[in-house]
Amino acid sequence: MAALAERSATKPARHGALAALWRPGPRHAIPILLLLLVGFAAPLLAILSFSFAPSRTFDIWHLPTLENYRTIVTETYYGSFLWSLGMATATVAILALVCYPVAYGLSKLFGRWSNLVTLLMVLPLFVSENVRLYGWILFLIKGGVLLGSLKALFGIEAESVLFTPGVIVFGMVYVYLPFMLFPMVLGLSMVPRETTEAARDLGASRWQVFTEVELPLAMPGIVIGALLTFVLAVGAIAEAKVLGGQSVIPISHDIEIAFTYAQNWPLGAALAVLLTLVVGGLVLLVLGRLDLDRILGRR
Amino acid sequence: MGAAGPRWSNALIVAWTAAVVLFLYIPSISGLLASLGASRYFNFPIAKWGLDWWGKTFAESEIRTLLSTSATIALIVTAISVAIAFFGALAFARYDWKGRSIYQKLVLLPIFFPQSVLGLALLLWFTALGIETSWQTAVFAHLIWVVPVATLVISIQVYGFDPALEEAAYDLGATRWQVLKEVTLPVLWPGLFSGALFAFLLSWGNFPLSLFTTGADQTVPEWMYAKMVAGYTPRVPVLGTVSTLGAAILLLGGYGLILLVRRARGGAN
Repeated sequence: MAALAERSATKPARHGALAALWRPGPRHAIPILLLLLVGFAAPLLAILSFSFAPSRTFDIWHLPTLENYRTIVTETYYGSFLWSLGMATATVAILALVCYPVAYGLSKLFGRWSNLVTLLMVLPLFVSENVRLYGWILFLIKGGVLLGSLKALFGIEAESVLFTPGVIVFGMVYVYLPFMLFPMVLGLSMVPRETTEAARDLGASRWQVFTEVELPLAMPGIVIGALLTFVLAVGAIAEAKVLGGQSVIPISHDIEIAFTYAQNWPLGAALAVLLTLVVGGLVLLVLGRLDLDRILGRR
Repeated sequence: MGAAGPRWSNALIVAWTAAVVLFLYIPSISGLLASLGASRYFNFPIAKWGLDWWGKTFAESEIRTLLSTSATIALIVTAISVAIAFFGALAFARYDWKGRSIYQKLVLLPIFFPQSVLGLALLLWFTALGIETSWQTAVFAHLIWVVPVATLVISIQVYGFDPALEEAAYDLGATRWQVLKEVTLPVLWPGLFSGALFAFLLSWGNFPLSLFTTGADQTVPEWMYAKMVAGYTPRVPVLGTVSTLGAAILLLGGYGLILLVRRARGGAN
């Protein structure tokens, strides 16, 4: 590879574009970009072309039709979309409140303890989310850890909160907590201590320091966390199925039904395309405005 | 402890953090308790404790197959991810080049994407190409998600890397290979190691991508999900507890190893 690099560098005139590609930066980007081209861009195109195939067909070589999109508009799929978007929004809002004090502690207070706390918070990420949600079932179900203990200790008989929309949001808050927390920590560690101290010395109240110094400076991290959490929660499937029973059908579940029980791949593909448009639009809008070097590099 | 605020508010933050940590571990603790019951059904408080279900679970050949499928996938994903992500991270954080800021965002896209939809898209893509899905296609699917994460993890280390070190080595007459082996890799190894750890664990625990791309093969999370939906079996909490403990040992061990090596090197310097 090294030899090849030297050779192409000596002939910039003949292979101008190739030589530009072979400079160290782009050259190292080639493997991952190829992987994403074959494994990310191409599948998205496949799903797009499937969404224009006639209903209940299994290959893409047909005249394109808008049939699937028409079905989506005329049937009640907007309900699933609204549930998914609503639950994801609620999850983001709750997580922002839950995570901020922890992120503040991790970046400003805990000192050498923050490594250990970080480790404790990362760990659950590596256990499959359906297993952890199942743990909540064992905790919350009638005769489970919580209600069983209440009954044995105090003789209280209570109804389980499982299988309601509220518990789905609860499950999402639980599963996606680290995804909100860690970007927030990155964001808060971008706030120099001297700046907050200077603001306090100049007579700013604690609230003013928070709203006028900390929050604006930490905003890129908070925005990344919110975006990540929102996107993951919109596409979440396990929470509604494991914790929610069938009380709510989110859009991801509709998509899965179309692909499995209903055997209607083009309809599922069309739903997936709409979801991708919502998510992708949001992601591109936000990511386009961020300077990643600043967020990741300042350590 | 820094003097960031009044004492009572600091205490409040510590208490809140402790509560959040507890919240994160309630399911694992519940799973552990359930796995230690001796009866077929879970009822709390547990009437009879025992390790019966641990023995039964690991005696089954079906479960051994699951474990080996998951481990094979995770190991291959780890090896390939670290190799690709190492170069990816150099392009991400080490070199200044035109198009880098767009490249950084492209790499992040698969992370900011619903995994269930990605899994389905890959299934459609494999079908369109006429590829039969199996554990090998699952390896590919995991890579699409794991490589960007590993790239990000390694990049954070690369940001702290001083390119002058490499240049100095070149000036002293080192070849490209020597520089890589003697300078770049030793400096970046904690990042590579964390990247490998992340890759392994994320692949091991992945459910949404595996669900759509393993075909007839099954990974541990898929199997547990199928059993959860079908009704209660104590094998699920047993395997869940094993996964949690395994991840804890790997992560704490890995972190300890990084600390030890750092300390040893610090002492040598």
